[in-house]
This record gives sequence, structure tokens and C-alpha cells, in this order.
Amino acid sequence: MTVARIGRERPQGSNFELYSWYFLRISGLLLIFLVVVHVIITHVVNDVSTINYNFIVRRWASPFWRANDWLMLTLALIHGLNGARIAVDDYVRSRGWRVFAYSVLWSAAIIFLIMGSIAIVTFNPAAAGAAALGR
Amino acid sequence: MISSYRGYRAPEGMVSWALHRLAGLGVLFFLLLHIVDIFVIGYGPKAFNDLLFIYNAPLFRIGEIILVAGVYYHAANGVRIILIDFWSAAYRYERQLFYGVVATFLILFIPSAFFMVKGL
Repeated sequence: MTVARIGRERPQGSNFELYSWYFLRISGLLLIFLVVVHVIITHVVNDVSTINYNFIVRRWASPFWRANDWLMLTLALIHGLNGARIAVDDYVRSRGWRVFAYSVLWSAAIIFLIMGSIAIVTFNPAAAGAAALGR
Repeated sequence: MISSYRGYRAPEGMVSWALHRLAGLGVLFFLLLHIVDIFVIGYGPKAFNDLLFIYNAPLFRIGEIILVAGVYYHAANGVRIILIDFWSAAYRYERQLFYGVVATFLILFIPSAFFMVKGL
């Protein structure tokens, strides 16, 4: 029986590729809700020119929004870099450049995940205000 | 759709795939920039607010509209990809699914773009 196939098939033979395939789809589904709500709040309902430090102070006063933003950051970063990894598989043919490109992507995943997590978890406007005033 | 055009027409699957990759990589690029800007918030109100001149620049305000278009398209087309992968009869509706993506994109993007252009 011939089965008509379109789209990228479920990878076989490698657990990593299979999990990555599922991850892109599951995280993508979650990100639709997280990111579309985020875009509407920060670009449509609120004008970007009105977003400043105080906007973040108000938003991150709530643990819900911190958790929401951290989940969005983590899923979006891994989803995006995993997508970039598949683009590398498609275009980068030589072995040396592939190793280089993978190294860049994995390093970016670690560095940006740490930077984003530090920003969300350690943000403390009271301490920052005191430091700015030299106290 | 009736048209007298008889030249090369890229198939829907190819167009949607190319746009999906372009939008995905574009949004990823902005995400990395966005993580750098939010990292600066730890350095206090002055450092963060001083940095925001970048996002208020006219070029970035236009880039912002393109970014939102990229996010909406990638989201709508992502649903199409999931349908194709998990619904075995989806291949029969390839064209309809693509037009569904275009319609979803326009329904989301037109009102958003209206408010964003109004805010300029």
C-alpha cells in the first residue's frame, strides 16, 4: 500500500531526533498561546514606546508573570535553536563547518538561557533602586 | 481561482515551508536580541530605559510590525504542520490547509497592524 506523505516525517533510528521532532511540535503548540498573548500585550494593547522599566516592575511584581515569562523564554529559545539546528543540517555540508555551527548553537542555548533566567529570577527593583542612589 | 497566468507557480507546500523557515529564523534572531535587552534590566532603571531608544527608532518600529507578522505566520503554519503530522487524511486537503493558514494570518495580523501603525 502506498501512503501519501507530506511534511517532515517522524525521524527513525535516532531517539534524539525523534524527541526533537516531538519537542518542536509540543513546544510549538504551547508557544502559540504564550507568544500570541505576549505579542498582543506588549505590541498591540500597549504601545512599545510606553514600555519601560516601570512596566517590567509592575509585570514582574507577580510570580505568575515571572513563571509565565520564564517558561516562554525557555521553550522559545530551545524551539528556535532546535529549528536553526535543522536548518544547519539542510545547508551546512562540510564536516568542519557543521561542528562549528553546532558548537555555536549549543553555546548560544546555554549562554542565552542563563542570561534570560538571571534577568527574570534575580530582578529586584528595590535593590536596583537603592544601588542607583548609591545606598 | 481563474487566472490567465500560465507560467511557473510555486506549490503551496514549498511557499509555506520557505516562509516558515524564514519567519522562524527571523523571530529567533529577535529573541536573542530580546534576551540581551532584558538582561540589561538587572543594571537598573537608567541603564534599561537608556537602551530603549533602539526600540523606539523608526526603523525598529517598522521591524516590529514585520516581527509580529513573522510570529503570526509561524504560529498559523505551525498548526498546519501539526495537522499534517498527526492527521492521516491531511494530505488530501493540502491546498485548503494552506489557505486556512493565510486566512488565520490575515485575521490576526490586520487588526494588530492597524493598532501598531496607529501608535507610530
